[in-house]
Amino acid sequence: MLPIIFILPVLQLVILSNAATYEIKNISFGYVDADNSSISRGLIERFEASTYFNVTEKFSSQKEASTAMQEGSVDVYVNIPTHFERDLQKNKRNDIGVFVDAIDGSAAGVINVYATQIIRNYNKHIATDLIHVSDSVQKPISIDSIPLFWYNKTLNYKTFMVPGILVLLVTMITLFLSGMNIVREKEIGTLEQINVTPIKKYQFIIGKLFPFWVLGMGLLAVGLILAKVIFNVPILGNLLLLYGYTSVYILVILGMGLFISNFTDTQQQAMFIAWFFIVIFILMSGLFTPIESMPKWAQLLTEFNPIKYFVEIIRMVMLKGSGFTDIFPLAIKTLAYAIVMNGLAVWSYKKTT
Amino acid sequence: MIQKHNVIEVENLSKLFGDFAAVNQISFQVKAGEIFGFLGANGAGKTTAMKMLIGISSPTSGKATVAGFDVYREAESIKKNIGYMSQKFALYDDLTVKENITFFGGIYGLSKKQIEQKRCELVEELGLQEVTNSLVASLPLGWKQKLAFSVSLLHEPKIVFLDEPTGGVDPITRRQFWELIYKAAHNGTTIFVTTHYMDEAEYCDRVSIMVNGKIEALDTPKKLKEQYKTNTMNDVFLKLARG
Repeated sequence: MLPIIFILPVLQLVILSNAATYEIKNISFGYVDADNSSISRGLIERFEASTYFNVTEKFSSQKEASTAMQEGSVDVYVNIPTHFERDLQKNKRNDIGVFVDAIDGSAAGVINVYATQIIRNYNKHIATDLIHVSDSVQKPISIDSIPLFWYNKTLNYKTFMVPGILVLLVTMITLFLSGMNIVREKEIGTLEQINVTPIKKYQFIIGKLFPFWVLGMGLLAVGLILAKVIFNVPILGNLLLLYGYTSVYILVILGMGLFISNFTDTQQQAMFIAWFFIVIFILMSGLFTPIESMPKWAQLLTEFNPIKYFVEIIRMVMLKGSGFTDIFPLAIKTLAYAIVMNGLAVWSYKKTT
Repeated sequence: MIQKHNVIEVENLSKLFGDFAAVNQISFQVKAGEIFGFLGANGAGKTTAMKMLIGISSPTSGKATVAGFDVYREAESIKKNIGYMSQKFALYDDLTVKENITFFGGIYGLSKKQIEQKRCELVEELGLQEVTNSLVASLPLGWKQKLAFSVSLLHEPKIVFLDEPTGGVDPITRRQFWELIYKAAHNGTTIFVTTHYMDEAEYCDRVSIMVNGKIEALDTPKKLKEQYKTNTMNDVFLKLARG
Protein backbone atom coordinates (compact mmCIF):
# COMPACT_ATOMS: atom_id res chain seq x y z
CA MET A 1 0.00 0.00 0.00
CA LEU A 2 2.74 2.47 0.92
CA PRO A 3 4.42 2.40 -2.52
CA ILE A 4 1.02 2.92 -4.14
CA ILE A 5 0.36 5.92 -1.92
CA PHE A 6 3.56 7.56 -3.11
CA ILE A 7 3.98 6.37 -6.66
CA LEU A 8 0.48 7.17 -7.92
CA PRO A 9 0.50 10.83 -6.84
CA VAL A 10 3.98 11.29 -8.28
CA LEU A 11 2.79 9.94 -11.62
CA GLN A 12 -0.28 12.14 -11.44
CA LEU A 13 1.80 15.20 -10.67
CA VAL A 14 4.07 14.58 -13.65
CA ILE A 15 1.28 13.70 -16.07
CA LEU A 16 -1.29 16.29 -14.99
CA SER A 17 1.20 19.11 -14.81
CA ASN A 18 2.07 18.50 -18.43
CA ALA A 19 -1.45 17.84 -19.56
CA ALA A 20 -3.56 20.35 -17.65
CA THR A 21 -2.59 23.30 -19.78
CA TYR A 22 -4.38 26.42 -20.89
CA GLU A 23 -1.97 26.83 -23.75
CA ILE A 24 -3.28 25.66 -27.08
CA LYS A 25 -0.75 24.38 -29.52
CA ASN A 26 -0.91 22.57 -32.83
CA ILE A 27 -4.02 24.36 -34.02
CA SER A 28 -4.94 23.03 -37.49
CA PHE A 29 -5.18 26.05 -39.67
CA GLY A 30 -6.69 26.24 -43.14
CA TYR A 31 -7.28 29.12 -45.48
CA VAL A 32 -9.10 30.21 -48.57
CA ASP A 33 -7.01 32.66 -50.54
CA ALA A 34 -9.16 33.96 -53.38
CA ASP A 35 -6.88 36.95 -53.85
CA ASN A 36 -3.51 35.21 -54.10
CA SER A 37 -1.66 38.51 -53.87
CA SER A 38 1.59 39.33 -52.10
CA ILE A 39 -0.29 40.76 -49.12
CA SER A 40 -2.54 37.72 -48.73
CA ARG A 41 0.44 35.37 -49.09
CA GLY A 42 2.30 37.45 -46.50
CA LEU A 43 -0.53 36.93 -44.03
CA ILE A 44 -0.54 33.17 -44.52
CA GLU A 45 3.24 33.15 -44.04
CA ARG A 46 2.70 34.82 -40.68
CA PHE A 47 0.45 31.98 -39.65
CA GLU A 48 2.96 29.47 -40.96
CA ALA A 49 5.69 31.09 -38.94
CA SER A 50 3.68 30.92 -35.73
CA THR A 51 4.41 28.02 -33.39
CA TYR A 52 0.76 27.72 -32.44
CA PHE A 53 -0.67 27.10 -35.89
CA ASN A 54 -0.08 24.19 -38.20
CA VAL A 55 -1.04 25.26 -41.66
CA THR A 56 -2.65 22.13 -43.00
CA GLU A 57 -4.72 22.97 -46.02
CA LYS A 58 -5.41 25.49 -48.72
CA PHE A 59 -9.04 25.40 -49.73
CA SER A 60 -10.33 26.52 -53.07
CA SER A 61 -13.65 27.75 -51.73
CA GLN A 62 -15.27 28.67 -48.48
CA LYS A 63 -17.67 25.77 -48.91
CA GLU A 64 -14.80 23.33 -49.01
CA ALA A 65 -13.29 24.95 -45.92
CA SER A 66 -16.51 24.75 -43.97
CA THR A 67 -16.92 21.06 -44.90
CA ALA A 68 -13.42 20.44 -43.57
CA MET A 69 -14.32 22.15 -40.32
CA GLN A 70 -17.48 20.09 -40.11
CA GLU A 71 -15.35 16.98 -40.39
CA GLY A 72 -13.03 18.37 -37.73
CA SER A 73 -9.86 18.43 -39.83
CA VAL A 74 -9.34 22.17 -39.29
CA ASP A 75 -9.86 24.15 -36.08
CA VAL A 76 -9.79 27.54 -37.75
CA TYR A 77 -9.67 28.98 -41.25
CA VAL A 78 -9.21 32.39 -42.71
CA ASN A 79 -11.13 33.56 -45.74
CA ILE A 80 -9.34 36.15 -47.85
CA PRO A 81 -11.71 37.60 -50.45
CA THR A 82 -10.85 38.41 -54.04
CA HIS A 83 -9.31 41.83 -54.75
CA PHE A 84 -8.20 41.92 -51.15
CA GLU A 85 -4.94 43.73 -51.90
CA ARG A 86 -6.46 46.07 -54.42
CA ASP A 87 -9.30 47.12 -52.12
CA LEU A 88 -6.94 47.50 -49.22
CA GLN A 89 -4.77 49.90 -51.11
CA LYS A 90 -7.74 51.79 -52.42
CA ASN A 91 -9.80 52.06 -49.25
CA LYS A 92 -7.03 51.77 -46.68
CA ARG A 93 -9.10 49.11 -45.00
CA ASN A 94 -10.57 45.75 -45.72
CA ASP A 95 -12.12 42.79 -43.90
CA ILE A 96 -11.18 39.18 -43.81
CA GLY A 97 -13.15 36.37 -42.23
CA VAL A 98 -11.77 34.23 -39.39
CA PHE A 99 -13.81 31.11 -38.72
CA VAL A 100 -13.21 29.21 -35.48
CA ASP A 101 -14.60 25.83 -34.49
CA ALA A 102 -16.19 26.75 -31.16
CA ILE A 103 -17.22 23.34 -29.86
CA ASP A 104 -14.72 23.85 -27.06
CA GLY A 105 -15.61 27.41 -26.13
CA SER A 106 -12.53 28.24 -24.10
CA ALA A 107 -10.19 26.82 -26.73
CA ALA A 108 -12.03 28.81 -29.40
CA GLY A 109 -11.50 31.98 -27.37
CA VAL A 110 -7.79 31.33 -27.17
CA ILE A 111 -7.53 30.51 -30.89
CA ASN A 112 -9.38 33.70 -31.69
CA VAL A 113 -6.95 35.74 -29.61
CA TYR A 114 -3.93 34.13 -31.26
CA ALA A 115 -5.33 34.64 -34.75
CA THR A 116 -6.34 38.23 -34.10
CA GLN A 117 -2.92 38.95 -32.72
CA ILE A 118 -1.20 37.66 -35.84
CA ILE A 119 -3.55 39.58 -38.11
CA ARG A 120 -3.19 42.76 -36.09
CA ASN A 121 0.59 42.59 -36.13
CA TYR A 122 0.54 41.97 -39.85
CA ASN A 123 -1.87 44.79 -40.26
CA LYS A 124 0.45 47.16 -38.46
CA HIS A 125 3.31 46.00 -40.64
CA ILE A 126 1.51 46.53 -43.95
CA ALA A 127 -0.07 49.76 -42.69
CA THR A 128 3.32 51.36 -42.36
CA ASP A 129 4.20 50.06 -45.81
CA LEU A 130 1.01 51.45 -47.31
CA ILE A 131 1.40 54.78 -45.60
CA HIS A 132 4.95 54.90 -46.74
CA VAL A 133 3.87 54.40 -50.30
CA SER A 134 1.04 56.92 -50.36
CA ASP A 135 1.96 59.87 -48.18
CA SER A 136 4.79 59.89 -45.75
CA VAL A 137 3.59 63.02 -43.98
CA GLN A 138 1.20 61.27 -41.65
CA LYS A 139 3.22 58.95 -39.48
CA PRO A 140 1.03 56.63 -37.52
CA ILE A 141 1.00 57.34 -33.85
CA SER A 142 0.29 54.18 -32.02
CA ILE A 143 0.07 53.56 -28.33
CA ASP A 144 1.27 50.17 -27.37
CA SER A 145 0.61 48.71 -24.01
CA ILE A 146 3.37 46.51 -22.70
CA PRO A 147 1.93 44.04 -20.25
CA LEU A 148 4.05 43.07 -17.26
CA PHE A 149 3.13 39.85 -15.63
CA TRP A 150 4.21 39.83 -12.03
CA TYR A 151 5.18 36.72 -10.08
CA ASN A 152 5.05 34.60 -13.21
CA LYS A 153 6.81 36.73 -15.77
CA THR A 154 6.76 34.29 -18.62
CA LEU A 155 3.16 33.23 -17.98
CA ASN A 156 4.47 29.72 -17.60
CA TYR A 157 1.33 27.75 -16.85
CA LYS A 158 3.33 25.04 -15.09
CA THR A 159 4.50 27.52 -12.49
CA PHE A 160 0.85 28.18 -11.92
CA MET A 161 -0.51 24.63 -12.11
CA VAL A 162 2.09 22.49 -10.36
CA PRO A 163 1.55 23.89 -6.86
CA GLY A 164 -2.20 23.60 -7.35
CA ILE A 165 -2.04 20.01 -8.52
CA LEU A 166 0.22 19.21 -5.59
CA VAL A 167 -2.51 20.50 -3.29
CA LEU A 168 -5.06 18.25 -4.99
CA LEU A 169 -2.91 15.18 -4.60
CA VAL A 170 -2.16 15.75 -0.94
CA THR A 171 -5.87 16.37 -0.34
CA MET A 172 -7.13 13.40 -2.30
CA ILE A 173 -4.79 10.88 -0.76
CA THR A 174 -5.38 12.02 2.80
CA LEU A 175 -9.16 12.32 2.40
CA PHE A 176 -9.59 8.91 0.80
CA LEU A 177 -7.31 7.10 3.21
CA SER A 178 -8.88 8.62 6.31
CA GLY A 179 -12.39 8.31 4.87
CA MET A 180 -11.97 4.60 4.35
CA ASN A 181 -10.23 3.96 7.60
CA ILE A 182 -12.69 3.70 10.46
CA VAL A 183 -15.39 2.25 8.24
CA ARG A 184 -12.94 -0.44 7.19
CA GLU A 185 -12.47 -1.38 10.82
CA LYS A 186 -16.24 -1.51 11.18
CA GLU A 187 -16.37 -3.98 8.32
CA ILE A 188 -13.56 -6.15 9.65
CA GLY A 189 -14.91 -6.12 13.19
CA THR A 190 -11.84 -4.71 14.91
CA LEU A 191 -13.71 -1.52 15.74
CA GLU A 192 -16.01 -3.48 18.05
CA GLN A 193 -12.98 -4.83 19.86
CA ILE A 194 -11.69 -1.27 20.24
CA ASN A 195 -15.09 -0.11 21.47
CA VAL A 196 -15.08 -2.54 24.39
CA THR A 197 -11.77 -1.14 25.58
CA PRO A 198 -11.66 1.90 27.86
CA ILE A 199 -9.97 3.98 25.15
CA LYS A 200 -11.08 7.62 25.12
CA LYS A 201 -12.75 8.99 22.01
CA TYR A 202 -10.16 11.70 21.43
CA GLN A 203 -7.34 9.20 21.91
CA PHE A 204 -8.83 7.01 19.23
CA ILE A 205 -9.25 9.89 16.78
CA ILE A 206 -5.73 11.19 17.38
CA GLY A 207 -4.41 7.67 16.87
CA LYS A 208 -6.25 7.55 13.56
CA LEU A 209 -5.14 11.04 12.47
CA PHE A 210 -1.46 10.83 13.19
CA PRO A 211 -0.25 8.26 10.61
CA PHE A 212 -2.12 9.97 7.79
CA TRP A 213 -0.85 13.33 8.89
CA VAL A 214 2.73 12.11 8.64
CA LEU A 215 1.92 10.62 5.25
CA GLY A 216 0.44 13.85 3.93
CA MET A 217 3.48 15.83 5.05
CA GLY A 218 5.77 13.28 3.40
CA LEU A 219 3.75 13.51 0.20
CA LEU A 220 4.12 17.30 0.18
CA ALA A 221 7.89 16.94 0.53
CA VAL A 222 8.09 14.52 -2.40
CA GLY A 223 5.83 16.78 -4.47
CA LEU A 224 7.86 19.90 -3.74
CA ILE A 225 11.08 18.17 -4.69
CA LEU A 226 9.54 17.07 -7.99
CA ALA A 227 8.13 20.54 -8.59
CA LYS A 228 11.59 21.98 -8.18
CA VAL A 229 13.57 19.31 -10.00
CA ILE A 230 11.28 18.47 -12.90
CA PHE A 231 9.28 21.66 -13.42
CA ASN A 232 11.65 24.18 -11.93
CA VAL A 233 8.78 25.88 -10.12
CA PRO A 234 10.17 28.74 -8.03
CA ILE A 235 9.93 28.45 -4.27
CA LEU A 236 10.32 32.05 -3.17
CA GLY A 237 8.72 31.90 0.26
CA ASN A 238 9.69 30.19 3.45
CA LEU A 239 9.32 26.42 3.26
CA LEU A 240 8.84 26.23 6.99
CA LEU A 241 5.84 28.52 6.67
CA LEU A 242 4.40 26.31 3.94
CA TYR A 243 4.92 23.26 6.11
CA GLY A 244 3.43 24.95 9.12
CA TYR A 245 0.32 25.79 7.16
CA THR A 246 0.10 22.32 5.60
CA SER A 247 0.28 20.70 9.02
CA VAL A 248 -2.95 22.48 9.94
CA TYR A 249 -4.54 22.02 6.52
CA ILE A 250 -4.10 18.23 6.55
CA LEU A 251 -5.91 18.13 9.88
CA VAL A 252 -8.95 19.71 8.19
CA ILE A 253 -9.01 17.03 5.52
CA LEU A 254 -8.35 14.17 7.95
CA GLY A 255 -11.07 15.37 10.30
CA MET A 256 -13.41 15.45 7.34
CA GLY A 257 -12.38 11.94 6.29
CA LEU A 258 -12.89 10.51 9.75
CA PHE A 259 -16.23 12.26 10.02
CA ILE A 260 -17.32 10.59 6.76
CA SER A 261 -15.95 7.30 8.00
CA ASN A 262 -17.93 7.49 11.21
CA PHE A 263 -21.16 8.16 9.38
CA THR A 264 -20.95 5.35 6.89
CA ASP A 265 -21.32 1.60 7.22
CA THR A 266 -19.38 0.38 4.23
CA GLN A 267 -16.27 1.45 2.39
CA GLN A 268 -18.32 1.95 -0.78
CA GLN A 269 -20.51 4.53 0.92
CA ALA A 270 -17.47 6.30 2.33
CA MET A 271 -15.77 6.33 -1.08
CA PHE A 272 -18.88 7.69 -2.74
CA ILE A 273 -19.21 10.56 -0.28
CA ALA A 274 -15.51 11.34 -0.36
CA TRP A 275 -15.66 11.54 -4.16
CA PHE A 276 -18.67 13.79 -4.02
CA PHE A 277 -16.79 16.30 -1.91
CA ILE A 278 -13.50 16.00 -3.74
CA VAL A 279 -15.09 16.74 -7.12
CA ILE A 280 -16.88 19.81 -5.76
CA PHE A 281 -13.77 20.99 -3.94
CA ILE A 282 -11.57 20.60 -7.01
CA LEU A 283 -13.92 22.28 -9.47
CA MET A 284 -14.62 25.12 -7.07
CA SER A 285 -11.06 25.62 -5.93
CA GLY A 286 -10.05 28.26 -8.44
CA LEU A 287 -7.49 25.86 -9.82
CA PHE A 288 -9.12 25.25 -13.17
CA THR A 289 -11.58 28.11 -13.39
CA PRO A 290 -11.20 31.51 -11.78
CA ILE A 291 -13.48 31.98 -8.77
CA GLU A 292 -14.07 35.60 -9.81
CA SER A 293 -16.07 34.45 -12.82
CA MET A 294 -18.40 32.18 -10.81
CA PRO A 295 -21.90 33.37 -9.86
CA LYS A 296 -22.21 35.03 -6.46
CA TRP A 297 -23.74 32.03 -4.67
CA ALA A 298 -20.99 29.77 -5.98
CA GLN A 299 -18.37 32.24 -4.83
CA LEU A 300 -19.93 32.11 -1.40
CA LEU A 301 -19.71 28.31 -1.38
CA THR A 302 -16.02 28.42 -2.21
CA GLU A 303 -15.48 30.11 1.14
CA PHE A 304 -16.04 26.65 2.67
CA ASN A 305 -13.67 24.92 0.34
CA PRO A 306 -10.42 24.03 2.10
CA ILE A 307 -8.70 23.26 -1.20
CA LYS A 308 -9.29 26.85 -2.24
CA TYR A 309 -7.46 28.08 0.86
CA PHE A 310 -4.50 25.83 0.27
CA VAL A 311 -4.27 26.56 -3.48
CA GLU A 312 -4.24 30.25 -2.69
CA ILE A 313 -1.65 29.93 0.04
CA ILE A 314 0.71 27.57 -1.75
CA ARG A 315 0.75 29.96 -4.73
CA MET A 316 1.26 32.96 -2.48
CA VAL A 317 4.13 31.37 -0.60
CA MET A 318 5.84 29.63 -3.50
CA LEU A 319 5.36 32.17 -6.28
CA LYS A 320 5.07 35.48 -4.45
CA GLY A 321 7.18 34.73 -1.45
CA SER A 322 4.40 35.80 0.90
CA GLY A 323 5.21 35.83 4.56
CA PHE A 324 3.33 34.91 7.70
CA THR A 325 1.35 38.15 7.92
CA ASP A 326 0.14 37.75 4.32
CA ILE A 327 -1.31 34.32 4.86
CA PHE A 328 -2.44 34.95 8.42
CA PRO A 329 -6.16 35.54 7.71
CA LEU A 330 -6.47 32.37 5.63
CA ALA A 331 -4.39 30.41 8.11
CA ILE A 332 -6.71 31.38 10.94
CA LYS A 333 -9.73 30.29 8.89
CA THR A 334 -8.03 26.97 8.20
CA LEU A 335 -7.28 26.49 11.88
CA ALA A 336 -10.89 27.15 12.79
CA TYR A 337 -11.96 24.71 10.11
CA ALA A 338 -9.61 22.08 11.52
CA ILE A 339 -10.99 22.50 15.01
CA VAL A 340 -14.57 22.18 13.78
CA MET A 341 -13.92 19.14 11.59
CA ASN A 342 -11.98 17.25 14.22
CA GLY A 343 -14.53 18.18 16.84
CA LEU A 344 -17.16 16.62 14.57
CA ALA A 345 -14.96 13.57 14.05
CA VAL A 346 -14.62 13.00 17.79
CA TRP A 347 -18.31 13.70 18.35
CA SER A 348 -19.50 11.38 15.59
CA TYR A 349 -17.37 8.50 16.80
CA LYS A 350 -19.77 6.54 18.97
CA LYS A 351 -18.56 3.77 21.18
CA THR A 352 -22.11 2.60 21.72
CA THR A 353 -24.93 1.89 19.32
CA MET B 1 -18.25 -22.13 51.93
CA ILE B 2 -18.23 -18.38 51.61
CA GLN B 3 -21.10 -16.96 49.59
CA LYS B 4 -19.54 -15.34 46.56
CA HIS B 5 -20.81 -11.95 45.47
CA ASN B 6 -22.52 -11.29 42.18
CA VAL B 7 -20.38 -9.65 39.49
CA ILE B 8 -23.23 -9.38 36.99
CA GLU B 9 -26.74 -8.46 38.02
CA VAL B 10 -29.44 -8.13 35.40
CA GLU B 11 -33.04 -7.23 36.06
CA ASN B 12 -35.76 -7.01 33.44
CA LEU B 13 -33.27 -5.91 30.81
CA SER B 14 -34.79 -5.27 27.37
CA LYS B 15 -33.63 -4.07 24.00
CA LEU B 16 -36.16 -3.10 21.38
CA PHE B 17 -35.49 -2.52 17.70
CA GLY B 18 -38.67 -0.76 16.66
CA ASP B 19 -41.46 -3.07 17.81
CA PHE B 20 -39.24 -6.10 17.88
CA ALA B 21 -37.93 -7.10 21.30
CA ALA B 22 -34.54 -8.65 20.61
CA VAL B 23 -34.06 -9.02 24.34
CA ASN B 24 -37.27 -9.26 26.36
CA GLN B 25 -37.03 -8.56 30.10
CA ILE B 26 -34.27 -10.92 31.05
CA SER B 27 -33.08 -11.26 34.65
CA PHE B 28 -30.14 -13.24 36.04
CA GLN B 29 -27.08 -13.02 38.25
CA VAL B 30 -23.57 -14.29 37.72
CA LYS B 31 -21.30 -14.98 40.67
CA ALA B 32 -17.63 -14.16 40.84
CA GLY B 33 -15.44 -16.94 39.46
CA GLU B 34 -18.32 -18.71 37.78
CA ILE B 35 -18.33 -20.11 34.26
CA PHE B 36 -21.69 -18.94 33.00
CA GLY B 37 -22.97 -20.47 29.79
CA PHE B 38 -25.29 -18.24 27.79
CA LEU B 39 -27.05 -20.44 25.26
CA GLY B 40 -29.68 -19.90 22.65
CA ALA B 41 -30.43 -20.54 19.00
CA ASN B 42 -29.28 -18.14 16.32
CA GLY B 43 -31.27 -14.94 16.61
CA ALA B 44 -32.43 -15.68 20.15
CA GLY B 45 -30.85 -12.43 21.36
CA LYS B 46 -27.63 -13.66 22.97
CA THR B 47 -25.30 -11.30 21.19
CA THR B 48 -27.61 -8.32 21.71
CA ALA B 49 -27.83 -9.07 25.43
CA MET B 50 -24.07 -9.44 25.65
CA LYS B 51 -23.47 -6.16 23.84
CA MET B 52 -25.55 -4.36 26.44
CA LEU B 53 -23.50 -5.91 29.22
CA ILE B 54 -20.16 -4.92 27.70
CA GLY B 55 -21.27 -1.33 27.25
CA ILE B 56 -21.42 -0.99 23.46
CA SER B 57 -25.21 -1.03 23.17
CA SER B 58 -27.63 0.95 25.34
CA PRO B 59 -30.53 -1.04 26.79
CA THR B 60 -34.08 0.15 26.11
CA SER B 61 -35.21 -0.57 29.66
CA GLY B 62 -34.34 -2.56 32.75
CA LYS B 63 -31.39 -2.57 35.11
CA ALA B 64 -27.97 -4.12 34.85
CA THR B 65 -24.67 -3.81 36.64
CA VAL B 66 -21.41 -5.38 35.56
CA ALA B 67 -18.48 -5.52 37.99
CA GLY B 68 -20.52 -3.17 40.15
CA PHE B 69 -20.95 -0.52 37.45
CA ASP B 70 -24.19 0.58 35.85
CA VAL B 71 -24.50 -0.19 32.13
CA TYR B 72 -26.21 3.14 31.40
CA ARG B 73 -23.96 5.54 33.20
CA GLU B 74 -20.67 3.78 33.77
CA ALA B 75 -20.05 1.93 30.51
CA GLU B 76 -16.46 3.14 30.35
CA SER B 77 -15.73 1.87 33.86
CA ILE B 78 -17.19 -1.49 32.91
CA LYS B 79 -14.84 -1.61 29.94
CA LYS B 80 -11.82 -1.29 32.22
CA ASN B 81 -12.92 -4.35 34.14
CA ILE B 82 -13.92 -6.73 31.42
CA GLY B 83 -12.37 -8.58 28.55
CA TYR B 84 -14.25 -9.38 25.36
CA MET B 85 -13.76 -11.74 22.50
CA SER B 86 -16.25 -11.45 19.65
CA GLN B 87 -17.46 -14.22 17.41
CA LYS B 88 -15.71 -12.47 14.54
CA PHE B 89 -11.94 -12.60 14.97
CA ALA B 90 -11.08 -9.06 15.94
CA LEU B 91 -7.36 -8.75 16.45
CA TYR B 92 -5.47 -6.85 13.77
CA ASP B 93 -4.66 -9.26 10.95
CA ASP B 94 -2.03 -6.96 9.55
CA LEU B 95 -0.11 -6.71 12.79
CA THR B 96 2.16 -9.41 14.19
CA VAL B 97 1.33 -11.42 17.31
CA LYS B 98 3.75 -9.28 19.27
CA GLU B 99 2.35 -6.01 17.92
CA ASN B 100 -1.22 -7.01 18.73
CA ILE B 101 -0.25 -7.80 22.31
CA THR B 102 1.63 -4.52 22.66
CA PHE B 103 -1.22 -2.57 21.11
CA PHE B 104 -4.03 -3.96 23.23
CA GLY B 105 -1.86 -3.96 26.36
CA GLY B 106 -1.21 -0.28 25.67
CA ILE B 107 -4.89 0.55 25.24
CA TYR B 108 -5.64 -0.98 28.62
CA GLY B 109 -2.93 1.17 30.14
CA LEU B 110 -0.39 -1.53 30.95
CA SER B 111 3.19 -0.36 31.38
CA LYS B 112 5.89 -1.47 28.96
CA LYS B 113 7.30 -3.76 31.58
CA GLN B 114 3.94 -5.36 32.28
CA ILE B 115 3.29 -5.83 28.58
CA GLU B 116 6.69 -7.43 28.12
CA GLN B 117 6.06 -9.79 31.00
CA LYS B 118 2.53 -10.66 29.88
CA ARG B 119 3.72 -11.27 26.38
CA CYS B 120 6.39 -13.72 27.49
CA GLU B 121 3.88 -15.63 29.62
CA LEU B 122 1.27 -15.67 26.91
CA VAL B 123 3.60 -16.72 24.13
CA GLU B 124 4.99 -19.53 26.22
CA GLU B 125 1.59 -20.73 27.38
CA LEU B 126 0.19 -20.84 23.88
CA GLY B 127 3.41 -22.13 22.36
CA LEU B 128 3.64 -19.24 19.93
CA GLN B 129 7.43 -18.74 20.18
CA GLU B 130 7.94 -19.51 16.51
CA VAL B 131 5.36 -17.04 15.27
CA THR B 132 5.63 -14.01 17.56
CA ASN B 133 6.85 -11.93 14.66
CA SER B 134 4.48 -13.34 12.06
CA LEU B 135 1.38 -11.53 10.95
CA VAL B 136 -1.71 -12.73 12.76
CA ALA B 137 -3.39 -13.27 9.38
CA SER B 138 -1.02 -16.14 8.69
CA LEU B 139 -2.02 -18.15 11.80
CA PRO B 140 -4.55 -21.01 11.70
CA LEU B 141 -7.98 -20.15 13.07
CA GLY B 142 -7.56 -22.20 16.24
CA TRP B 143 -4.38 -20.34 17.15
CA LYS B 144 -6.00 -17.03 16.40
CA GLN B 145 -8.87 -17.82 18.76
CA LYS B 146 -6.56 -18.84 21.58
CA LEU B 147 -4.52 -15.71 21.00
CA ALA B 148 -7.64 -13.52 20.99
CA PHE B 149 -8.74 -15.07 24.27
CA SER B 150 -5.37 -14.52 25.87
CA VAL B 151 -5.28 -10.94 24.64
CA SER B 152 -8.71 -10.32 26.19
CA LEU B 153 -7.20 -11.42 29.52
CA LEU B 154 -4.09 -9.20 29.26
CA HIS B 155 -5.35 -6.59 31.70
CA GLU B 156 -6.55 -9.22 34.18
CA PRO B 157 -10.23 -8.32 33.92
CA LYS B 158 -12.74 -9.42 36.53
CA ILE B 159 -15.06 -10.81 33.88
CA VAL B 160 -14.41 -12.00 30.39
CA PHE B 161 -17.17 -12.18 27.78
CA LEU B 162 -16.74 -14.77 25.06
CA ASP B 163 -19.12 -14.70 22.10
CA GLU B 164 -19.00 -18.11 20.41
CA PRO B 165 -15.27 -18.37 20.95
CA THR B 166 -14.92 -21.84 19.44
CA GLY B 167 -16.99 -21.37 16.28
CA GLY B 168 -15.39 -23.20 13.37
CA VAL B 169 -12.59 -24.65 15.46
CA ASP B 170 -11.55 -28.34 15.46
CA PRO B 171 -12.38 -30.54 18.51
CA ILE B 172 -8.79 -30.76 19.75
CA THR B 173 -8.37 -27.00 19.71
CA ARG B 174 -11.76 -26.62 21.36
CA ARG B 175 -10.61 -28.86 24.15
CA GLN B 176 -7.42 -26.79 24.54
CA PHE B 177 -9.49 -23.65 24.46
CA TRP B 178 -11.65 -24.87 27.32
CA GLU B 179 -8.52 -25.70 29.28
CA LEU B 180 -7.58 -22.04 28.92
CA ILE B 181 -11.04 -21.04 30.09
CA TYR B 182 -10.78 -23.31 33.15
CA LYS B 183 -7.41 -21.91 33.95
CA ALA B 184 -8.70 -18.35 33.79
CA ALA B 185 -11.69 -19.30 35.97
CA HIS B 186 -9.34 -20.97 38.42
CA ASN B 187 -7.46 -17.69 38.69
CA GLY B 188 -10.69 -16.01 39.72
CA THR B 189 -11.90 -14.57 36.41
CA THR B 190 -15.61 -14.84 35.81
CA ILE B 191 -16.39 -16.34 32.42
CA PHE B 192 -19.50 -15.38 30.48
CA VAL B 193 -19.63 -17.52 27.38
CA THR B 194 -22.06 -18.12 24.52
CA THR B 195 -21.82 -21.27 22.48
CA HIS B 196 -23.68 -23.53 20.10
CA TYR B 197 -21.82 -26.64 21.21
CA MET B 198 -23.86 -28.48 23.82
CA ASP B 199 -20.88 -30.50 24.99
CA GLU B 200 -19.35 -27.17 25.94
CA ALA B 201 -22.49 -26.29 27.84
CA GLU B 202 -21.76 -29.29 30.07
CA TYR B 203 -18.46 -27.65 31.08
CA CYS B 204 -20.24 -24.61 32.49
CA ASP B 205 -21.09 -24.11 36.15
CA ARG B 206 -24.48 -22.75 35.26
CA VAL B 207 -26.29 -22.36 32.00
CA SER B 208 -29.07 -20.11 30.79
CA ILE B 209 -31.03 -20.85 27.63
CA MET B 210 -32.55 -17.99 25.68
CA VAL B 211 -35.50 -18.49 23.36
CA ASN B 212 -36.95 -15.59 21.37
CA GLY B 213 -35.44 -12.91 23.57
CA LYS B 214 -36.38 -14.51 26.89
CA ILE B 215 -34.46 -16.69 29.30
CA GLU B 216 -36.45 -19.93 29.45
CA ALA B 217 -34.16 -21.93 31.71
CA LEU B 218 -31.32 -21.20 34.09
CA ASP B 219 -29.55 -23.72 36.31
CA THR B 220 -26.62 -26.08 36.53
CA PRO B 221 -26.39 -28.48 33.59
CA LYS B 222 -27.07 -31.37 35.96
CA LYS B 223 -30.29 -29.89 37.33
CA LEU B 224 -31.48 -28.86 33.87
CA LYS B 225 -31.08 -32.40 32.62
CA GLU B 226 -33.03 -33.70 35.63
CA GLN B 227 -35.72 -31.11 35.16
CA TYR B 228 -36.20 -31.93 31.48
CA LYS B 229 -35.65 -35.65 32.08
CA THR B 230 -32.95 -36.11 29.49
CA ASN B 231 -29.36 -37.33 29.50
CA THR B 232 -27.73 -34.59 27.47
CA MET B 233 -27.77 -30.82 27.32
CA ASN B 234 -28.44 -31.24 23.63
CA ASP B 235 -31.87 -32.65 24.36
CA VAL B 236 -32.58 -29.98 26.93
CA PHE B 237 -31.76 -27.39 24.32
CA LEU B 238 -33.89 -29.02 21.63
CA LYS B 239 -36.88 -29.34 23.95
CA LEU B 240 -36.67 -25.68 24.85
CA ALA B 241 -35.81 -24.24 21.50
CA ARG B 242 -38.58 -26.13 19.75
CA GLY B 243 -40.95 -24.99 22.44
